[in-house]
Amino acid sequence: MSKSERPSQLFRNLNAKVASIPMIFTALVIFVGGTLWTVLYSFTNSKLLPRLHFVGLDQYYRLWATPRWLISIENLLIYGVLSLVFSLVIGFLLAALLDQKIRFEDTFRTIFLYPFALSFIVTGLVWQWLLNPEFGVQGVVRSLGWTSFSFNPLYDSSIVIYGILIAALWQGTGLIMCLMLAGLRGIDEDIWKAARVDGIPTWKTYLFIIIPMMRPVFITTLVIVASNIVRVYDLVVAQTSGGPGIASEVPAKYVYDYMFFAQNLGQGFAASTMMLLSVIIVIVPWAYLEFGGKKRV
Amino acid sequence: MSDQAVSSPAIAGAGGLEAYGPSGPKPRHTFSRRNIFLYGTLIVVALYYLLPLYVMVVTSLKGMPEIRLGNIFSPPMEITFEPWVKAWSSACTGLNCDGLSRGFWNSVRITIPSVILSIALASVNGYALANWRFKGADTFFIILIVGAFIPYQVMIYPIVIILREVGLYGSLSGLVIVHSIFGMPILTLLFRNYFTSMPEELFRAARVDGAGFWGIYFRIMLPMSLPIFVVAIILQVTGIWNDFLFGVVYTRPDTYPMTVQLNNIVNSVQGVKEYNVNMAATILTGLVPLIVYFLSGKLFVRGIAAGAVKG
Repeated sequence: MSKSERPSQLFRNLNAKVASIPMIFTALVIFVGGTLWTVLYSFTNSKLLPRLHFVGLDQYYRLWATPRWLISIENLLIYGVLSLVFSLVIGFLLAALLDQKIRFEDTFRTIFLYPFALSFIVTGLVWQWLLNPEFGVQGVVRSLGWTSFSFNPLYDSSIVIYGILIAALWQGTGLIMCLMLAGLRGIDEDIWKAARVDGIPTWKTYLFIIIPMMRPVFITTLVIVASNIVRVYDLVVAQTSGGPGIASEVPAKYVYDYMFFAQNLGQGFAASTMMLLSVIIVIVPWAYLEFGGKKRV
Repeated sequence: MSDQAVSSPAIAGAGGLEAYGPSGPKPRHTFSRRNIFLYGTLIVVALYYLLPLYVMVVTSLKGMPEIRLGNIFSPPMEITFEPWVKAWSSACTGLNCDGLSRGFWNSVRITIPSVILSIALASVNGYALANWRFKGADTFFIILIVGAFIPYQVMIYPIVIILREVGLYGSLSGLVIVHSIFGMPILTLLFRNYFTSMPEELFRAARVDGAGFWGIYFRIMLPMSLPIFVVAIILQVTGIWNDFLFGVVYTRPDTYPMTVQLNNIVNSVQGVKEYNVNMAATILTGLVPLIVYFLSGKLFVRGIAAGAVKG
């Protein structure tokens, strides 16, 4: 290590540099290079093959004038807000229930988390079957005598996104519960004792002491859930294929379909750049709060 | 509110018992109102979570006539394994009628090399980042971690071009590379954090004894970090097996992984829908990650927690 003469700055610690080549390649070529490439080509009129023929913001004007894209964005907003709220609330409540020193905690946790091990394709197909209007929940309730009962989200374009939401919550809340549980376990037992000595009711302790203390856990969970929401694709493909009509389209599916089926690469690039923009809007404030503050201290 | 006040000492009592061992009379509050509410809620929620799995299994064991007549929640009157056989060996996707088995073996051939390659790259890389830092290494690492948040859709097409240039587009090896690339941020983070938490003296002592980069990795780091390797394997096996997007973009119909083939079987528009075959196929596809999940238990939780919280 302590050689008196260094051969060259470049060859010092050579093994570590060789070992990092895949990381450097991924970081620079794929993540930075690929992203810049896509953003650049979103300003061109590429159709079947990428071509550097710039048309300014035309693709973006066209994108925001396409009904299918507008529906995709609307769906993403509804799905995103609701799945954020519900998965955080349900996840926290389940974690709080499991944190009461109950018996069979491992069994319950295993049950709540197992859907998370399944793929979105499997999740989507199971719920497609459960929500089947003829044989699923609606059919069963009707056969019990309530013939006017109607619960048919997958074939009703005004509520189809809620059908997808149900499946997504079934699959994903277990993860949130686990994260919340880890957060709850990280809280000092003395806090609980102090609150009890002061006679503060349990729900008040949760609301005004524990939840504010779990702020970091909530923020990381929020970021994870939010960046997964933008990516939602497989679930929609499996459960509804974007139907009925275009009622359950999402941006990720728009990108894929325009790139690989409609052979309209420019539109696909513009749409994916919009997806990137939405992630940046979520990530940058978080990164600023998380890391920007620490550096100054 | 009074109920809460009554229940609080009970919690304290239970905690105290755990801490100091069994002393004093056993607290009798098994059927308190609080416990009935607590366990009642948990059991109802647990049943809700189990319901889809139950319906899947039950549907897959029924014949089609029974499905058309009965309701999806009733257990099968006549158990038949025919849907499973059909799903595995003769369900149709497009013109091919050789069932899910082809997709299964494709997935095996994708998952195994991807898991090995991604973990090998990321563990060595994490080790270099933790113990052999060089100028600029942290910058690349930060780009890598931030890049993990970029939607895949942004990078899909440039990768298509790169793979086409090197002649791997549509092949299984191309997909293996893609999985290794996108597994890198989370795995590198996992390994870097783990190696950083190992005592520095260990590394220094090995250096003094003359061990080099690879010597320390193979003789000290690798044997001492088997648990984190197991966590990484669990994470990758489930993640890669469940992947759909990369499979559908980077492979051809004859190399489609299981998830893509499953979706094509179930959502194909031709022919009569055979719900029992569809459900059998769905279970078959979910079986591998489910087995990994139930066998790994707490390590699975540790994997996702490590991946999520530290991210």
